[in-house]
Formats: sequence, C-alpha cells, structure tokens
Amino acid sequence: MHVPTSSAFKQSATEALRNAGLQKALGRSGPAFIARRAAAAANLPEFEQLRDIARDIKNHALANLDFYLETYEANVQKAGGTVHWCATAEDAREAVLKICQNAGARTVTKGKSMIGEEIAINDHLEKHGITPVETDLGEYIIQLRQELPSHIIAPAFHLNMEDWEEAFRKAHTDLPPDRTFNERRDVLTEARTKLRAKFLAADVGITGANFLIAETGSSVIVTNEGNGDLTQTLPRVHIVLASIEKCVPTIEDCTSLLRVLARSATGQDFSVYTTFSTGARRPGDLDGPEEYHVVLIDNGRSGMLGTEFQEMLRCIRCAACMNHCPVYGAVGGHAYGWVYPGPMGSVLTPGLIGVEEAGQLPNASTFCGKCESVCPVRIPLPKLMRHWREREFERHLSPTAGRTNLGLWAFFARRPSLYRLATRAAAMGLGFLGRRTGRLRSLPLAGGWTAGRDLPTPEGDTFFARYARQQREASRQ
Amino acid sequence: MSREAMLTAIRRGLKRGPLPSDQAAMLRGRLADHPRHLIPARSRLPHPGQVDLFVRNLEKEFASVTRVADVAAVPGAVADFLAAQNLPTSLVMAPHPELQAIDWSSRPMLSIREGRAEATDAVSVQHVFAGIAETGTMMLPSAPVRPTTINLLADTEIAILRASRIVGAYEEAWDLLRAELGGMPRNVMLVTGPSRSADIEQTLELGAHGPRQIHVVLVDDSAAS
Repeated sequence: MHVPTSSAFKQSATEALRNAGLQKALGRSGPAFIARRAAAAANLPEFEQLRDIARDIKNHALANLDFYLETYEANVQKAGGTVHWCATAEDAREAVLKICQNAGARTVTKGKSMIGEEIAINDHLEKHGITPVETDLGEYIIQLRQELPSHIIAPAFHLNMEDWEEAFRKAHTDLPPDRTFNERRDVLTEARTKLRAKFLAADVGITGANFLIAETGSSVIVTNEGNGDLTQTLPRVHIVLASIEKCVPTIEDCTSLLRVLARSATGQDFSVYTTFSTGARRPGDLDGPEEYHVVLIDNGRSGMLGTEFQEMLRCIRCAACMNHCPVYGAVGGHAYGWVYPGPMGSVLTPGLIGVEEAGQLPNASTFCGKCESVCPVRIPLPKLMRHWREREFERHLSPTAGRTNLGLWAFFARRPSLYRLATRAAAMGLGFLGRRTGRLRSLPLAGGWTAGRDLPTPEGDTFFARYARQQREASRQ
Repeated sequence: MSREAMLTAIRRGLKRGPLPSDQAAMLRGRLADHPRHLIPARSRLPHPGQVDLFVRNLEKEFASVTRVADVAAVPGAVADFLAAQNLPTSLVMAPHPELQAIDWSSRPMLSIREGRAEATDAVSVQHVFAGIAETGTMMLPSAPVRPTTINLLADTEIAILRASRIVGAYEEAWDLLRAELGGMPRNVMLVTGPSRSADIEQTLELGAHGPRQIHVVLVDDSAAS
C-alpha cells in the first residue's frame, strides 16, 4: 500500500532539492514540456476557443452526471459488457480481484492508470497471488524500482539513463551481463522484447480510461506506445478502471476534449493511439477480449460535487499544470507524497485523503497562476488551493506561528490608521537596522525566510505614503 | 446496492433528485443529435487539399506514404517498399474484401496469409476505414474483416487507403462510421504514426510496443468518386 507521506512535504521537498539525480532530470525535461505545449497551442488558432468548449462540455457532463452514468451503463450492457459500481477504493479492489479470480488469472498486464495507482490495485492482486505487470515503459521501471510515478503522464520523469540501465540489469538477469546501454533505443528494445512475452501470456488486461462515452458505452484510452492496446486486445478478459467524472455525453464531446488533451499534455497534435473500446468480442471477430468489465469508481469524487471543489472534477489529467509549476519544477513529484503531484494534486489530494494529511500541499504554491493559464478545461487551481488553505485555517490545522502572525496581521489590517502607523514604524526601524549594508541577514520570527536570503532594507516611505503622494500629484496636473 | 448509493451520493452533491422527465428528454435529444462543436479551420479545404494535408501530417508523425494511381498498382508498391526496407515478403493481411480483390499474384514474390496477426508476423497489411486530414490519423474500426491485432503485433504495418476515404475532421469520420457500420464496433483505433515512447528522459524514441513503422499506400481514386 502507498501510505501517503503528504504531511511530510516540507522535509521531502528539502531532500528533493538536494537530490542531484532528480535535479538533473527536472532541469532537462521541464523546459521541453513547456516549449512543446506552447508550439502546439500556437499551431492551432482556435485553441483558446476549444479550451472554453472543453470546460463547458465537462461542466454539462458533471451537472447531469447521474443521468449520463445510467445511460453509459445501459449502453455498456447492450454491447455485452458489465459495469461494477464501486463507492470506495476497497470495493474497487475487491471487484477487480473477483473478476481476475473468476477468470483463473495468474498474470495480469496493465496499461497506465492513475486510478489504478490511487486504489493501489497492484498490491492487492499480488497479495492474492496474481502477478500484475505494468506495460507502459515508464510504469514498468517504476514497478521494477517499487516506487510511485512522479508525474501523471510521464511516470519516470525523475529518472536518468543510468537509472534505467541499473534497473534493467538488476531485473533482466537472463540477458547477457556484457550487453551495452549506449542509447535510449537499447533500453526501449529490451523492454519491448521482455514485455511482448508478458502481453502474450496474460490472462487479464487492465487499462484505465481517459473518457467514458454515455452515447455508445465506450471507454477511451490515449497512449503513444500501443501498450494499452495490446493489454486490452490480447488477454481473454479486459477490465477498465475509471472514476465517475470521466463520463462525457457523446463521441463529438469526447472528440472536442481530445483536441485539447494531447496538445496540453505532450504538445502532440494527437496521440499515436486513441482507442475506443465498446464491449466484448463480437460474432465473427478474430481477436479481442471475450469479457469486458468496467470498474466504475467514486472514491471521494461525489463528495466534491456541489462544493467549491466541483470544478476540479473537470480535470482530464493532461499534466500541463505540473509541467508549468515552479514548485513541481523544483522538487518533482515524489515530494507531494501520494499519487497526484503538482497543482492538480494539491487540490485533488486533500479532497481524496483529507486536508489533515495533505494540508501542506495547497500551501506549496507561489500562486503565480501559470497552472490555471494552461489548464485545458480552465480549472481555477490557485483559487481552489486558496479554498483548502481557508479550510485548513478554519479547522486549526495550520502551524501555530503562522496562525499567530496571521492573527496579528488581521488585527492591524482591520484598523487602517494603526496599520499605516505600524508599517511606517517597521519600515523606519528596519531601515535603521540595515543602514550600513542595505540588507538584513536575519530577522526575528522570520528566521526560516532569512536562512536562504537577505532582506533588502526598506528605503524611505511605505507603499501607502507613496501612493497617496502620487495621487496628490496626479490631481494637481 | 453500490449503484444506488453512488447515484444517490451524486444527486446529493448536485442538490437534486433524479432529473425531471422534461430535462431527461432534453438530454436524450442531445445524445441522439450528438451536436458538433467547433471544428478547426485547418481541415476545411477542397478534397485534394485534404488529401495533401493528410499526407503532410502523416509524414510529420514519422509514417511513410506511397501514392499510386489505382488499385492494380498496390502489390507493386508493397513489394517495392519491402524490398527497399529489406523486409520479409511474407505478410499477414486483414481478410477485407477490398484487399482480397487486389490481384496480388501480379507480384509472385509476396506470400500472403489472411487472418489476424500473431506475434511471429513481421509485416501486416491493413484496410483503412477512413483517413482524417486534420492530424494525419487513420480510423481503424474492428470487424471480422479488420482484426485489431493487424494494427498491433507486426513490426511493420502497411495500410491501404483509398484517397476518396480521406475526410477533413474527426467528426466527418465518425459520421461515416455511424452511417456505414450502424453503431460502435467493439474497437475503434485512431492511429497517428508508428508507436513511440518518450518515457526515457522525456526524449522521443520510435518503436515502443506497437509497429515500429507504418507505411501507407494511398490509392488515388478521388477523381473517380
């Protein structure tokens, strides 16, 4: 089980900043993601309009989610599939295990699925003697290294070539030890060969879903490798893991969302494989699974409906927010301590595992607003993080020093003349203290802040005084 | 049990009971009409322009294309491609009537098996249902005559597409599918170029789990259609 370590964010972040390998990986990959998305968006003049449309489609789907899920289920059944409604992660794990046991499964191949990580399905299957094999290249090495993905579309974001070589040498001991890993291609080829055998041997294939389509009862996956397609085509049983908010009304709605998904995620115009699966093998078909199951998971989402966090349920998991986030870019994904990192994780994680555990995450933001500016479904992520901060404060979960300072500030802020007096006194006082060097090396009550930098000493007036003077001058002209 | 509990929880969140019948009817109408949203202008071209855009996008996504004048030229184009790439000449081919109607004996070196693909197949030949110019995407709906494994297992996939089947936007391909197939087949793959991964150091490498290369033989039948 992934025990969340989100409450240790500060310590994890400090360690991440000192991790040379991680810093190398972040420095290499972060800017590339930003440039690719910018190019893709610039290449499509309608991109901003399409973002509005994507937002509206998801809002419409969420406002009528019960109706669309019922329609979706009816159409899955018509196509010969089964929907398993699971309110909790526990229910979902049991449903998957039962399907696998009924199929007499020994090995299960898996396409990349974040909800699969969320419900920790691999651990559950292993505990019951079934071997899950991750087939997405990034997930494969994550499984070999027994860690969590550090990014929602690039699980091995934090790794370098030497890590790949090390993990592959350790895992593939049947291959010649003197083989070389000169290029990335060597890694890819070895993984392809190793995993091809797993695809062919698996009894059950488990994939996630980027979308569910009510109109047709289809599940949709988007990949570049083709591993998801092999996973859902070759085994006798296909299980789809999907959370409730993935459901959209029609193929056309899904198509419009697809136009912004790949561009926001990898900067591709379209992913290599976008695949719509609808039920089990049809009469006369020469391939495809004989059973098709959808494990439909709530696990906390319905509790966000009707609250200020409902907008988070529009998320289509493109990762643009974390790719553009200065905090993610500095500490990477693991510091966030659970399945979903970056700004979307800072909003979603407290909703799913509680603000008591994950309250530090919405505080891990500079509120620069870059995440919101690139979100393809226009989720106001900073605003939602601010809501979590409010809840944290209301429930007395934030640290005492911070609360005391905030209380002190509030006292003055409610008394404008006192506030002006106090800020003037502070500016003068600090100016006097730092009059020789122009900077202050340490400050009482702010030792953490000055540990890493000096505070330039205030020069002259306060903001209020200057503003008032400017107004006076302007009115005279 | 869980189903009702989940639907109730959703409705509680939305602060209402089940949708009133008039609203449900409206949503059913929306599903039946499946209205289109904004379609980007880039594919709004006369048909020859759409064919060119399809080819340009396909090549940008690392697939290769040979354009031939008619169906009779397909076996030659396939044989020449295999020879140039130094690839084996035994193929597994989707049992589609349009592919079966081709006179493959004009190139006796080619040995063809019809059916689904197996892991041992090096080269597969697929029938493309429609081409989508917007992004150079091929629509491949599953059917007894168009097995899914043909798209996945061979190292090299050769895709046969008639130019008259190229449309501008995804929505037009979905309309073709609804009109000709009546509903959703078990599986519809939208394929845009050969398999790839950027999981190693976020740097693109071709040839992940699906085909390492895709070669499209485009039959120029547009003038006749």
